[in-house]
Amino acid sequence: MCKTELIDLSTVDVILISNYHCMMALPYITEHTGFTGTVYATEPTVQIGRLLMEELVNFIERVPKAQSASLWKNKDIQRLLPSPLKDAVEVSTWRRCYTMQEVNSALSKIQLVGYSQKIELFGAVQVTPLSSGYALGSSNWIIQSHYEKVSYVSGSSLLTTHPQPMDQASLKNSDVLVLTGLTQIPTANPDGMVGEFCSNLALTVRNGGNVLVPCYPSGVIYDLLECLYQYIDSAGLSSVPLYFISPVANSSLEFSQIFAEWLCHNKQSKVYLPEPPFPHAELIQTNKLKHYPSIHGDFSNDFRQPCVVFTGHPSLRFGDVVHFMELWGKSSLNTVIFTEPDFSYLEALAPYQPLAMKCIYCPIDTRLNFIQVSKLLKEVQPLHVVCPEQYTQPPPAQSHRMDLMIDCQPPAMSYRRAEVLALPFKRRYEKIEIMPELADSLVPMEIKPGISLATVSAVLHTKDNKHLLQPPPRPAQPTSGKKRKRVSDDVPDCKVLKPLLSGSIPVEQFVQTLEKHGFSDIKVEDTAKGHIVLLQEAETLIQIEEDSTHIICDNDEMLRVRLRDLVLKFLQKF
Amino acid sequence: MCGTGFGHFRWLAEGGAGQDVGRSCILVSIAGKNVMLDCGMHMGFNDDRRFPDFSYITQNGRLTDFLDCVIISHFHLDHCGALPYFSEMVGYDGPIYMTHPTQAICPILLEDYRKIAVDKKGEANFFTSQMIKDCMKKVVAVHLHQTVQVDDELEIKAYYAGHVLGAAMFQIKVGSESVVYTGDYNMTPDRHLGAAWIDKCRPNLLITESTYATTIRDSKRCRERDFLKKVHETVERGGKVLIPVFALGRAQELCILLETFWERMNLKVPIYFSTGLTEKANHYYKLFIPWTNQKIRKTFVQRNMFEFKHIKAFDRAFADNPGPMVVFATPGMLHAGQSLQIFRKWAGNEKNMVIMPGYCVQGTVGHKILSGQRKLEMEGRQVLEVKMQVEYMSFSAHADAKGIMQLVGQAEPESVLLVHGEAKKMEFLKQKIEQELRVSCYMPANGETVTLPTSLSIPVGISLGLLKQEMAQGLLPEAKKPRLLHGTLIMKDSNFRLVSSEQALKELGLAEHQLRFTCRVHLHDTRKEQETALRVYSHLKSILKDHCVQHLPDGSVTVESILIQAAAPSEDPGTKVLLVSWTYQDEELGSFLTSLLKKGLPQALS
Repeated sequence: MCKTELIDLSTVDVILISNYHCMMALPYITEHTGFTGTVYATEPTVQIGRLLMEELVNFIERVPKAQSASLWKNKDIQRLLPSPLKDAVEVSTWRRCYTMQEVNSALSKIQLVGYSQKIELFGAVQVTPLSSGYALGSSNWIIQSHYEKVSYVSGSSLLTTHPQPMDQASLKNSDVLVLTGLTQIPTANPDGMVGEFCSNLALTVRNGGNVLVPCYPSGVIYDLLECLYQYIDSAGLSSVPLYFISPVANSSLEFSQIFAEWLCHNKQSKVYLPEPPFPHAELIQTNKLKHYPSIHGDFSNDFRQPCVVFTGHPSLRFGDVVHFMELWGKSSLNTVIFTEPDFSYLEALAPYQPLAMKCIYCPIDTRLNFIQVSKLLKEVQPLHVVCPEQYTQPPPAQSHRMDLMIDCQPPAMSYRRAEVLALPFKRRYEKIEIMPELADSLVPMEIKPGISLATVSAVLHTKDNKHLLQPPPRPAQPTSGKKRKRVSDDVPDCKVLKPLLSGSIPVEQFVQTLEKHGFSDIKVEDTAKGHIVLLQEAETLIQIEEDSTHIICDNDEMLRVRLRDLVLKFLQKF
Repeated sequence: MCGTGFGHFRWLAEGGAGQDVGRSCILVSIAGKNVMLDCGMHMGFNDDRRFPDFSYITQNGRLTDFLDCVIISHFHLDHCGALPYFSEMVGYDGPIYMTHPTQAICPILLEDYRKIAVDKKGEANFFTSQMIKDCMKKVVAVHLHQTVQVDDELEIKAYYAGHVLGAAMFQIKVGSESVVYTGDYNMTPDRHLGAAWIDKCRPNLLITESTYATTIRDSKRCRERDFLKKVHETVERGGKVLIPVFALGRAQELCILLETFWERMNLKVPIYFSTGLTEKANHYYKLFIPWTNQKIRKTFVQRNMFEFKHIKAFDRAFADNPGPMVVFATPGMLHAGQSLQIFRKWAGNEKNMVIMPGYCVQGTVGHKILSGQRKLEMEGRQVLEVKMQVEYMSFSAHADAKGIMQLVGQAEPESVLLVHGEAKKMEFLKQKIEQELRVSCYMPANGETVTLPTSLSIPVGISLGLLKQEMAQGLLPEAKKPRLLHGTLIMKDSNFRLVSSEQALKELGLAEHQLRFTCRVHLHDTRKEQETALRVYSHLKSILKDHCVQHLPDGSVTVESILIQAAAPSEDPGTKVLLVSWTYQDEELGSFLTSLLKKGLPQALS
């Protein structure tokens, strides 16, 4: 759960959701913190996220508690309690599960977006979701201005499963790449795990036992069903019923078939035939796969053993899976196969011990492992990588495995929980538009080969964080109706600055120019740093040095302006 | 520097006059990129006029070299029917963009059309099945709202258009110039599709269809009730109802309508849907649920609206069955195929009814009977007398005048271009758009080219320091007068950066040259220099209210960065000299001060 006291969530403008597993706490933010910003997510993320939340709420509401204990949360009492209670962190922030009403309200605040859609935020930055290849509708995000680009890569997969492949090319040229959501089980190969899953399942069923698969109602289950679709006939298991029990089982299976545009190419092209993209449609049609909202009702009539049951919750703490653990736990013929990587299977099983049932651990986590990360970074080449601290060192249990950490140059910047990190780039430029009228009036001047300069004096117009330079206003015509002008009306605006000057004045040429313009009686004296040009008649003195010119004269404005313009001829304006 | 680019829009080939859904094909040249919008065919012709004349695009040279991409808005043949001819027979190998549902359905309709043209009518020189397949290989599917980068400069983006499954409007953008092409769209949701939507993308030009340019159509509900009443009355008195439709689109909407009505009224009269495409078509709708309207999307898990209980597949033998029935048959304009066969069988009986739920192109049987012809000359000089009732019900999902105005309001274009409609009606709409929305409006004739100048701002990078400094000063209370931002634009290759002058000097390794002026102002004043300075100070202070005037301990006076010192020339005790010194950057103020001081100081204020 989010640690919300760190930031005032009412000041957050935008929430980007990467995949449906990453949005389970959304109602806590949108409903109770004063958050008024916008949430962006893809359509499959929202629809499947809704199913996951609906299942959670349904599981929790099935077992209402008349009372809930809270006195134990007192720190003095908590530390006296046995483990794991005494080790639980920040118990005071624990909240009750949200209701379906809160879920609906939270989801209604989400703006749907498509992959590669450019979304303008306040005219200042642009965000774009990219396919991350991990789940239906899962996204990585690009957050960029005209000159800076930050990529947020979370929960990505380079394996070919059902979702659209990961979009790597669009991540190129990032100043910073924030990398998180790597595989929980870096040592397990998902393909191998699927094979093990199938063989253990077959073994158990052949011996007359039942198989229990604790799982989420969407995601890997689609791949498992597809594997079984290909496997059961060849393994001679076509008569073994597959049961999928979840309050959202039907919705999940139906939704999976309508998101063709978010699927891998193979599945997409099936829709063109038109055929459903996932073969579980056929499993349902041929009655091999049956789905039920719960173990009550129809399921109890249809239930045949031996069978395979897919049900939640994978933590084994609530949901229909609890019933099956109790029903099948005492027989060694049965097997529970853990495929979801989110929970430690030993901890999940602890309250059910002693168990006669076989336990198989086949975690299937398709997210990036460290080898794939280094391949990705080589491909994408961000200037800086930022990641959680855990990824910058080997896992504590395998401290010798130097290959189980992120290895990149320059070394990744790491962050810890509740830590504020300044990203390593400095913003230098912003985009501004020069109006055509103004652009036409500019006079470029080639200073060095290939480099031209033009001085710009313009009115800055800023709206919605978009900047525009307009031509300066024409000087206002003096109003003739006015009888008497006050002196202060004429006071020039000191903010109208003249350009800076650069260059130097060659004395001889300058003197020639003066002569050409009718000055006579010119005397030049050398000084330590330059020259003094004297116009004796006009009692005027011009000090010329390398980087400065000083005109000292009587209060003769005509003369001064003439001299000024002659000096300016030798200088460049900036 | 020149800041003007231009957009250039060529209206390539549109059907004849009248309420005519002709061929849609538009060529847009925008900032040097050439995009072809739709590639339709004309259903009323069987000769060369059927396909657009692509020699308009380029007389010599390959189309692939000239066109940057082709965009297809939806699967109706008047928008995509010429695509295989264009890509395979004329020759185009570049990308063709369309949405996923269009990509799925388009080849099926093309094949269906090819079969009618070649197999039934025996036309030669037509595209083959293989050509359709090869053509579809050039298609790139786009998602709604996805920004597709065609190349480094050209990008396109699809918006939901309603109309038919997968129909899209497209934004075509190069730099800051953009065009929106609506294709066909509808602004009110119907029984199976949602309403078109676009954001305030402010294109330079909006190209919109204007099929129903003058009609403000009565509410959909009335039309639906009318339709159901007519169908119901006809079957009640034992008549047969023929509804010629295209397999995808209106057909599904009307099926949903009849299905719910049959269920509610508990009717037993059979409804048939002519075979072939039907089940397949419904299957597409089931798989592309996200493209349908909100209600269907919400309830599809409980009940998929495209699984019909009352509507059965049609067999040609059923046409001779006695008793009432309702038949949906393809194609929609009665120009060939099953619908025409059934029509010929049923036309002689006044109890029967044919309901035309959409447009019919000139030259088709549908168009003839709608315009009142009751004696039709069929193939082989046979004359068919039409006694059955003929009804026209406009169910075509096009935007009406109100809808078009609404869309123009949504997108806020600089100008509008009307296509796909009748000249008189378009003229009416043009006036309405120009008067009510104050947007200039064009309606080019077939083959005409419209050129629109666009004025282009030039994007450059401004250094954040300069921008922030400027914006901070803009926040000060005295900043009522327009203030000027001053900077230097550095142009190196195509990289333009606006920086402060100091930074420009520094980056180029140049030193600043300081130009300073010192003016001697003679004053008649017998007092001491210090007192003169004090008088100068109070004088300036009273006049220059907006400026920072200071009297420094050393006796000098400053106005902003301008220094004024009083000195007494030894020869004349009655005269004082004020030395006013400023840099070129303070030129205006310095010049102002000298002329002010020259006028002398006011008499002693004590």
